[in-house]
Amino acid sequence: MTDLSIGVILLVVGMLGTLGSLGLLSLMIVLLKRLFPYGKEGA
Amino acid sequence: MWEAILSGFAGLALGVSNFTFPQFVMIAVGGGLLYLGIRHGFEPLLLVPIGFGAILVNLPLAGFMEKGGILRTFYDVGVLTELFPLLIFVGIGAMTDFGPLLERPSILLLGAAGQFGIFLTLLLALGLKFTLLESVAIGIIGACDGPTAIYVGSKYAPHMLGPISVAAYSYMSLVPLLQPPIMRILTTKREKHVVMAAGKRSVSKTTKTLFPICVTLVTALIAPIGAPLMGMLMLGNLLKESGVVERLKQVSEQEIASIVTLLLGLSIGATMEADKFLRYQTMLVLVLGLVAIGLDTVMGVVFGKLMCAATGGKVNPLIGAAGISAFPMAARVAQNEGQRYNKKNHLLMHAMGANTGGQVGSVMAAAIMLSLLKGLGIGP
Repeated sequence: MTDLSIGVILLVVGMLGTLGSLGLLSLMIVLLKRLFPYGKEGA
Repeated sequence: MWEAILSGFAGLALGVSNFTFPQFVMIAVGGGLLYLGIRHGFEPLLLVPIGFGAILVNLPLAGFMEKGGILRTFYDVGVLTELFPLLIFVGIGAMTDFGPLLERPSILLLGAAGQFGIFLTLLLALGLKFTLLESVAIGIIGACDGPTAIYVGSKYAPHMLGPISVAAYSYMSLVPLLQPPIMRILTTKREKHVVMAAGKRSVSKTTKTLFPICVTLVTALIAPIGAPLMGMLMLGNLLKESGVVERLKQVSEQEIASIVTLLLGLSIGATMEADKFLRYQTMLVLVLGLVAIGLDTVMGVVFGKLMCAATGGKVNPLIGAAGISAFPMAARVAQNEGQRYNKKNHLLMHAMGANTGGQVGSVMAAAIMLSLLKGLGIGP
């Protein structure tokens, strides 16, 4: 494989991977907020 | 006798006789960095030690970067081992409030789009005949995140660490100049006027405490090679959010961050030796770094426009520009641009969310890049 073709792989997989993993993290935050809602914690 | 006296005087002139023009140029460059830091307040905590380090390392016969030299020791112990950038991350994590991001998790996607410039610049660097690993190190300037750039740069292109870190840190402070023209060109009048409602407080303390632990676990599962970066950032944040280790939090964000910033700045300045820095490649790296941050801004705003369309006009695309790691400058730029078109529009908290998303995003993008390269069997 040439450097350029590896670069294209890094571009495509890198962008999709970053977007996908941050999408996953945002879903995780939603889940955490559902599991531990604001104002319902014990004193 | 007279010969010995003359030799003694000749010894006093050794500095002058060994002083070269390239060293003079680099001392002037160091002076320029000091001028930017002291006179204009551009990232003074970094530019002052970097600038002075650049001056020290270009003094003739002083031997700061020779084996056993003080700056060489700092560099070997802290930069080559990746210790300094990782310790800085603990401090950044302890200083960062992810609250605005947790209030509106979808904004995290802007922090991903704000990193696309990294990957696009990588291709540009390859087109300019840099090697693959050098291109990766150059592209990472687009993370707009000094410690990440140094971490990746020291791994893949240690010989280019000087220009890479100077670009990463100096462009970070130039964000207020670089971003607004791009934001104005890419958004319509209607989009600039979109008012974003203030979110209700919706994040519990438990969520805030669990967030750094979960992010570390997710990152380690997706991109394990980048786990040290994310792990240290989130360790700092856990110290802050747990609320039970106030002393450790304070030490991380103050003493440790200050000491490491000083040593890191000096070490980076020490990489700016004339014979290594004054090259055609350095100019290309500086230009590509600028392009990377420009592309980040473009992609962030374009993604903001997509979110605006997808939410029926509830997201102001200007906050997309804040999806980079330059905290809190990028968020302030989005706020100022929003107010420029609508005095009643307060985008700051939303932009802060995107900006902290950019911090997570830049580390995640670097982690993904490191893991991809490892998966392809490339690099150390």
